[in-house]
Amino acid sequence: MSSVTQKKGFGAHVWDYLTTVDHKKIAIMYLAAGTLFFAIAGFEALLMRIQLMFPESTFISAGLFNELLTMHGTTMLFLAATPIIFAFMNAIVPLQIGARDVAFPFLNSLGFWLFFIGAVFLHLSFFLGGAPDAGWTSYASLSLYSPGHGIDFYILGLQISGAGTLISGINFIVTIITMRAPGMTFMRMPLFTWTTLVSSSLILFAFPPLTGGLFLMLVDRMFGANFFDHTMGGNTIIWEHLFWIFGHPEVYILVLPAFGLFSEIIPVFARKRLFGYSSMVFATILIGFLGFMVWAHHMFTVGLGATANAIFAVATMAIAVPTGMKVFNWILTIWGGSIKVTVPMLYALGFIPSFVAGGVTGVMQATAPLDYQLHDSYFIVAHFHYVIVGGIVTALFGSAHFYWPIMFNRALNPKLGVLTFWIFFIGFHLTFFVQHFLGLMGMPRRVFTYMGGQGWDLFNFISSIGAIMMGIGVIILVIDVLLSIKSEPVNRRDYWGDGRSLEWAIETPLPFYNFKQTPLVRGFDPYWIEKEEGNKEGMVYAEPLGEIHMPNNSILPFIMSIGTMIAAFGALYSPWGDQVQAGTATGAPAVVSLALIIGGLGLTIACMIIRSFKDDLGFHVTVAEIESIEADLANYRATGKKGGNK
Amino acid sequence: MDINQKFTPQTWPKHPEQATLEGKNKLVGLWIFLASDTVLFASVFATYIALKDSGPAGMEFAARDLYELPLAFIMTMLLLTSSLTSVYAMYHMKNYNYSGVRTWMGITVLLGLGFLCLEIYEFYHYVHIGFGYTQSAFSSAFFTLVGMHGLHVVIGLVWITGLIIRNSSRGLNLYNAPKFFAASLYWHFIDVVWVFIFTVVYLMGVLG
Ligand code: HEM
Ligand SMILES: [Cu+2]
Repeated sequence: MSSVTQKKGFGAHVWDYLTTVDHKKIAIMYLAAGTLFFAIAGFEALLMRIQLMFPESTFISAGLFNELLTMHGTTMLFLAATPIIFAFMNAIVPLQIGARDVAFPFLNSLGFWLFFIGAVFLHLSFFLGGAPDAGWTSYASLSLYSPGHGIDFYILGLQISGAGTLISGINFIVTIITMRAPGMTFMRMPLFTWTTLVSSSLILFAFPPLTGGLFLMLVDRMFGANFFDHTMGGNTIIWEHLFWIFGHPEVYILVLPAFGLFSEIIPVFARKRLFGYSSMVFATILIGFLGFMVWAHHMFTVGLGATANAIFAVATMAIAVPTGMKVFNWILTIWGGSIKVTVPMLYALGFIPSFVAGGVTGVMQATAPLDYQLHDSYFIVAHFHYVIVGGIVTALFGSAHFYWPIMFNRALNPKLGVLTFWIFFIGFHLTFFVQHFLGLMGMPRRVFTYMGGQGWDLFNFISSIGAIMMGIGVIILVIDVLLSIKSEPVNRRDYWGDGRSLEWAIETPLPFYNFKQTPLVRGFDPYWIEKEEGNKEGMVYAEPLGEIHMPNNSILPFIMSIGTMIAAFGALYSPWGDQVQAGTATGAPAVVSLALIIGGLGLTIACMIIRSFKDDLGFHVTVAEIESIEADLANYRATGKKGGNK
Repeated sequence: MDINQKFTPQTWPKHPEQATLEGKNKLVGLWIFLASDTVLFASVFATYIALKDSGPAGMEFAARDLYELPLAFIMTMLLLTSSLTSVYAMYHMKNYNYSGVRTWMGITVLLGLGFLCLEIYEFYHYVHIGFGYTQSAFSSAFFTLVGMHGLHVVIGLVWITGLIIRNSSRGLNLYNAPKFFAASLYWHFIDVVWVFIFTVVYLMGVLG
């Protein structure tokens, strides 16, 4: 296998990405797909905000609003935020621990394709009779009776993409446990690696209840089972429990890596060691643990009783303690540092107060009696957008600027970056700050319109203006990205000049095997240590230059994912479905439905059998090849002439 | 790792399943997967417990009259024994005795098949007397929980059979040793889950 990229045709590039198992390329696919869905869901949000700009507006209908609402929430959480976080995990974590790739490169690719195919399947609903419309929580009491196939798309799409997420989670855990470079002990791991580990563990325990719940709803709606139908002895609250046992940890699955990203950004630009490293690690683990103890705070008004409510209220408030520790640690890292306000740092500085505001409203909602007032009002919408946009989206935008040089060997434009930041940040606060008051004044969430003259008009108007500003901010960011393609390549290590962890010790563009020799880690912030000691080569190495063992590419993950999609269509058009029998949805004849299910799953299983019968031992890159690749790259960095491996 | 490397019982490593990085990854990965599978089963167990005996008004089926303990007991014995035979297979693997691995894995498969046949018979019987999948919330929960375990058994059987067929002529090496080990670990997991099903569904169904 030669590294030198000859001029490849378009088809060869597509094939390369369909079959790749390289964590760096998979990261790029996650980033691209996540951004696409972020744009779609953002557009849906804009449509909703335009509808709500004025009272009694008729821009979109009630039914369409419900579909937009559901798709916006579902897409943003599962198909935008999660994959973009996975993009950074894939791109950065193997480098941070000095590994050549992840533990299961094949599964890494499978995880991506399952996510992507599930996402595409969910979005096909728009063209095949209507999108799901029961909210991202899809409570059984609503969704069981939702006509058409919308909810079925939700169930099956999330089932497929959820399987992908679970697989990726397992992969990251194993990678971090077994593939760390010599000297990289657990307590020397950078915080982004730590948060990836904890967040993946949350995926491990949180996604199965979702899978289980979705499966129950699947057979309930499509095959006549009776889990949630009370006339048949079922119980709709079971769904709510299963959903929130998943749903609450899900918010930590997203926000912990965001914390990790900021814990990387802040020390670099404060030019100071992260304050309170071990307490940061401890807080991360504690948040992950407590995250499973609090799900019923979403169900205070269901009527679980005063005792249950009290316990869950106290548990929820307890999470504020480790979270507060983190906030203080960030502040104390910045304190007394020699601060450089770059674009990523700007996002970090914007993040701290925004996230704290979201946390404070969270503790307010944890007070069960108060939540009876706040529940299902715009106050909730304001709260979760403060944590989600203020905490997660700022982390993603900031890290995009931060890590772009490593991922693409290009830098994003700082001027446009500052512009994006301010427009987005002001827009964000305009949109969501006033929603706190809308909620307190009694405006319910998930409504498609409202009557004028209740004192809500001005705030709704301001909120929509803010949303438009956020949209403009995102468009500038996209322009920035497109411009970066033509910009000067970075061609060096440590783009920001103050990198501390291993990912900055390696020169871009990266060869496909990452470090040519596995680095030796001599302490926390290993690259910083080497720089302090005047090491010009980046790192010291743990091994002499030798053959490198790398995994083979494979098309099977893609085919397996297609198989699941075929089977999903079979289940969707099941003639035994409640809605099909009620005449509100089309069904296929039994043979067709069964043939699709069996054929689709058969295809997936056949691929698994092929995979297990064909020995796949990977391949070796010889020392001569490594040297020629490194020479190529050096030549590319010096002269800009192609021949560099990318 | 060289797949053609020849071993003798003397040169064969003490822990062949962990002798390579791939093997180690595989086992850590499987343990972690089993942790998440446990949560999946826990969710369905909880659902079953919540919905036990509940159905449309006037439903005539109740767990107390439905289950046959002797049948469930035989199934339990078959599965427990199959776990033991897979331990024998692993014992032979550590001693680099491939025919022992093959024989005992084969017996494991046969016992698993026996279990599966009894389960199919049981399901068939229930459907026959009117306790079908869509009959009530109770029936849906029962078939989903026990059926999900049954599906795990089927996957285990296909997996082990596949391993035996694929490696029938080439013996043990450091590439397939972790695979056998992983399959047997998974098989133990199925066994443990069944112990819970036997207790929660059958024993507590008949007694409670
Ligand atoms: C970027 C600007 C955004 C705007 C303007 C926006 C706007 C909205 C609006 C108008 C709603 C409907 C509220 C209601 O009627 O109850 C909503 C709901 C929601 N949004 Fe956003 N949103 C944005 C970003 C995000 C992001 C980044 C996420 C997650 C990563 C997110 C997750 C949600 C969720 C989960 C819901 C609830 C959906 C439901 O009730 O089922 N939003 N958003
Ligand atoms: Cu929560």
